[in-house]
Amino acid sequence: MDMMRPMPLPRMKEESEPQDAGAPIAMSVRDLRAGYGGAPVLNGVNLEIREKTVTAIIGPSGCGKSTLIRCLNRMHESIPGATCDGEILLGGRSALELDPVLLRREVGMVFQRPNPFPTMSISQNVAAGLVLNGVRDRALIAETVEKSLRRAALWDEVKDKLDAPGVGLSGGQQQRLCIARALAVEPRVLLLDEPCSALDPIATGRIEELLLQIKDQLTVVIVTHNMQQAARVSEYTVFMLMGEMVEYGLTRKMFTQPADKRTEDYITGRFG
Amino acid sequence: MKRQFDADLEDLRGRLLRMGSLCEEMVHYAVKVVVDRDDSHLPKVQDWESQVNSLHIEIDEVCLRLIALHQPAAGDLRLIAAAIKINSDLERVGDQAVNIAETGVYLLKEPKIKLGDIPRMVEVAAGMLKDSLDAFSRGDVELARDVIKRDDEEDRLKSQTFNELVHLMQRDASAIQRGMDIILVARNLERIADHATNIAEDVIFMVLGKDIRHSAEKL
Repeated sequence: MDMMRPMPLPRMKEESEPQDAGAPIAMSVRDLRAGYGGAPVLNGVNLEIREKTVTAIIGPSGCGKSTLIRCLNRMHESIPGATCDGEILLGGRSALELDPVLLRREVGMVFQRPNPFPTMSISQNVAAGLVLNGVRDRALIAETVEKSLRRAALWDEVKDKLDAPGVGLSGGQQQRLCIARALAVEPRVLLLDEPCSALDPIATGRIEELLLQIKDQLTVVIVTHNMQQAARVSEYTVFMLMGEMVEYGLTRKMFTQPADKRTEDYITGRFG
Repeated sequence: MKRQFDADLEDLRGRLLRMGSLCEEMVHYAVKVVVDRDDSHLPKVQDWESQVNSLHIEIDEVCLRLIALHQPAAGDLRLIAAAIKINSDLERVGDQAVNIAETGVYLLKEPKIKLGDIPRMVEVAAGMLKDSLDAFSRGDVELARDVIKRDDEEDRLKSQTFNELVHLMQRDASAIQRGMDIILVARNLERIADHATNIAEDVIFMVLGKDIRHSAEKL
């Protein structure tokens, strides 16, 4: 009869326990205030982004989510009249005191519209960051181009036309090319500002798959208007409203059991 | 402006409550077959069962459609998840009511037998079912907790009924058939109370997002 006894199943983790509780912090944001020409956009945001996870930032237009990620690699301050105050730590170092160029090597960014360099080939696009950083070793460049295109799930589609212009690719491929370009310099953090908003559902699906694959290697922060996308790809979600962070927590909890009524109203489409 | 999705959720709630009130009626009249020894109620109980079965399928279809078309989240998602489970519980309550009515019809062919705690079991189970549905309708967590607490009383009454009937059957072999039938009625009533408990647990999940099933410190 013993043979009939079912094998004991492994105990499942408590739902309330984050899968990566205690994961190191990749970036810390403390009392971040930012704005444009005196008009405040972020009113004191505090956030700890966990290493090697995907964190999604959601919220209605104008809530400050793009400003927040643009502060993380100091793109924000490149706009005339932009202000930024507070503390941003990258592995214990103050991002606001680092050389912005060096910071952006560690904190890469991909934008809403794919923006490959128009005069460059596919491989030149991917290698651009390395070349700018003075790398001349052709073998190393070729190796990095292949590795980055593979990580961006684009290699199989372009391996036979690496010298073709980057802008000749489809929209979804161009966006993955931009991700490959960002990955080529081995950033610790990859910021994506609505990377799929100009893509069709199939191209969007590929980008989401690739985010799930690369998150074991680096920290991803994605701003998205698509709540289902946030739910699918991220482990943590930040909900922002009018320059404030309303709620930050495990995505699976936020989408089933949000703590704040405003989050509930937003994710169930009852906002406003 | 009321959104179509809100109207759809309201419609889902309405269908579940209609199914719930049909089940309450079924239990009420099924028990009358046993307690009042009146088999005239059987046809309507059977007729309502077919309505409950149709609603069972309809409600599942509505839930799947809402999930597929609206990708609900948070409270909306919990409402739909609870609706799917409550739908199954109510369908089983309908089946149990039919079982009780049909057992009652068999009992009519036999001499009367003492019903013991059956009337009290009816009161507890029917009260739990009604209150679980009221708790669902109003999102009333306190009422749902109260329903869950009452399940122990129903279990105690069932055990007591079993014991009394076993003694009776040991003393009087001619009462075995009737005794077994009453045990079946008690078993069905106890199951109805269990389904009401499940519904109450689903209400707590729906309102608070807290899953209290199989938990030592339930309440």
